[in-house]
Amino acid sequence: MKALSEFRGVWVFSENLDLMLELLGKGSELADKLSVELTAVLMGYNVKDQTSKLIEHGADKIFIVDRPALKNFYVEPYTSALVQLVQQHKPEILLIGSTRRGREVASRLATRLETGCVPDCTELSIDDGGRLIMSRMVYGGNAIATEVCRVKPQIATVPPRVFEKLEFKERKGEVVEADVELEEPRTEVVETREIEAAKVKVEEAKVIVSGGRGVEKKEDFEILEELAEILGGQVGNSRPLAEDRKWFTEWIGLSGHKVRPSLYVACGISGVIQHVAGIRDSHVIVAINKDAEAPIFEVADYVVVGDLYEVVPALSVALRKLLKGG
Amino acid sequence: MPTIIVCLKQAVDVTELKVDSATQRLMTADAPRKISDFDKNALEEAVKLKDKLGGEVIIVTVGPEDAKMVLREALAIGADKAYLLSDPSFERSDTLAISYILAEGIKKLGNFDLIFCGEASIDSYSGQVGPRLAERLGLPQITYVRALSLDEDTIVAERSLEDCHETVKAKTPVLLTVTKEINEPRIPSLMAIMKASKKEITIWSAEDLTVVKARVGEAGSAIQILEVLAPKMERKKIVVKAETVGGVAEKLAKALVKDGVVGR
Ligand SMILES: Cc1cc2nc3c(=O)[nH]c(=O)nc-3n(C[C@H](O)[C@H](O)[C@H](O)COP(=O)(O)OP(=O)(O)OC[C@H]3O[C@@H](n4cnc5c(N)ncnc54)[C@H](O)[C@@H]3O)c2cc1C
Ligand SMILES: Nc1ncnc2c1ncn2[C@@H]1O[C@H](COP(=O)(O)O)[C@@H](O)[C@H]1O
Repeated sequence: MKALSEFRGVWVFSENLDLMLELLGKGSELADKLSVELTAVLMGYNVKDQTSKLIEHGADKIFIVDRPALKNFYVEPYTSALVQLVQQHKPEILLIGSTRRGREVASRLATRLETGCVPDCTELSIDDGGRLIMSRMVYGGNAIATEVCRVKPQIATVPPRVFEKLEFKERKGEVVEADVELEEPRTEVVETREIEAAKVKVEEAKVIVSGGRGVEKKEDFEILEELAEILGGQVGNSRPLAEDRKWFTEWIGLSGHKVRPSLYVACGISGVIQHVAGIRDSHVIVAINKDAEAPIFEVADYVVVGDLYEVVPALSVALRKLLKGG
Repeated sequence: MPTIIVCLKQAVDVTELKVDSATQRLMTADAPRKISDFDKNALEEAVKLKDKLGGEVIIVTVGPEDAKMVLREALAIGADKAYLLSDPSFERSDTLAISYILAEGIKKLGNFDLIFCGEASIDSYSGQVGPRLAERLGLPQITYVRALSLDEDTIVAERSLEDCHETVKAKTPVLLTVTKEINEPRIPSLMAIMKASKKEITIWSAEDLTVVKARVGEAGSAIQILEVLAPKMERKKIVVKAETVGGVAEKLAKALVKDGVVGR
């Protein structure tokens, strides 16, 4: 193991460029605190035109690996490039975008470097000793664990839309062609089928009207959609509606999207811990459930014991009346 | 005929966790344990392959002695052999150390065609042990698998990513991590449970595995946990009541406008 002081600088990497800008936002705060450089690792094919954007969002330096071999994402070439760069330059902190691909790269990288990786961090800060303090949800959302990494680099993965992008004016940055050899992929992608993505990202919605198994038919989502429209928001759903009933491809919760709207309306959702883990940061939570004992009521600001098929349309009527007046 | 290894974790049943309200600490020591949910899917997929192609399913767990209980259940579901890698020095291992112990255990087992892991474990939910193990064993990996088929030495798997589904091909040996969507795990019959009680569970200690002590347990872990606390969830829990549904809706609508969360 190297002496810890040999490691210097904060690095960010994500194959998802939008997420990389968010990592730069948090990264610049951490780098300022440590008075070190912030470096972005940009990998892919035909990505040179992204460098100025990364600099505007806080990167002091960019290592670029722009090669045809990186056109499709495979874990081996990406991991090998990062391993070599880290060994050459020794950053103290590495933030990696927590996508399904990113998590795989982070785990492999951390193993090759014999270091730790704290996944899905929702809070990151530097303590007085210069250590990275990382917080994340554990035990299915029942608790927040605060952890540190005793080996450097300290690696954290960060989910989308947890940290803000920052834009700076007139920044200068250095772009360096990385000197690395890429490992060959050991799997072969034979087909890719796009999933049609939701029109608006649910994490960005101000208001979410969410349905669970209490909604009997997919068509019945109409009443939730109507309410969402009045509120200027969007609909969401629990995991079983995607996984068991296949009505949707995404869901809200621990293993799905974590949301923080100003208003979350849970309709026919029992409020099992894994769902609640994804809505914890909502400003106001309304729960509509016909079971007075439903656990969702424990985490609600407004408790409505009733049938969603009656309450939701009535709420639409009442809001429409009220909002028209104001 | 394939030899299939399933890495199975004995996890805390997170739905049964209680919080000590005075300290905000979780009472994990008293919480019941079970096979981590996605690992059951991993096991089911392995047993399905065996039913079709023959071969053998071996389960491997790093855990305390009482993890035997979940291994018994896994044997009843259809695994042929069970290995418990257990030693007091393994306690408090993080994913770096767990993957090292698993890798040493699997090397000792000998040849195999497939290794299955869950996409993540229900209590720590890190999703790291699978890819870390693949790295240690020098294997190709396919993560987040929702469907698969095995033909001779070629595995074809469909994996789900955020924006697409990929069909991926690889040559065995390969490590796969599976999602809940891949199958519906069976519930073992009474008969299978009785039969399983006769199957042997092999326990391997640190010595049996010749692991380096400095690489396991707290000493071998890179991550140090400073604290684990239940998040505070202070909610108003106002029960909205009225004679009619219309009345309830009206009261609620007014309250929401007053809170400034509607009406922009
Ligand atoms: C590792 C793991 C990760 C998971 N991740 C997630 C996740 O990210 N997100 C997620 O949502 N789940 C997740 N789950 C699943 C989770 O445990 C629950 O199974 C799920 O959240 C339950 O969904 P539900 O509330 O819609 O259904 P149910 O629990 O069946 O609840 C339905 C509710 O509707 C009420 N109801 C029925 N009819 C009406 C009516 N007419 N009017 C009003 N109320 C009515 C009932 O009283 C009941 O409370 C995960 C599970 C595991 C093991
Ligand atoms: N102690 C363990 N013993 C055996 N397998 C494990 C253990 N911990 C994790 N795994 C495997 O690794 C997967 C991911 O776990 P985790 O990294 O904890 O989310 C699990 O679904 C298991 O297949």
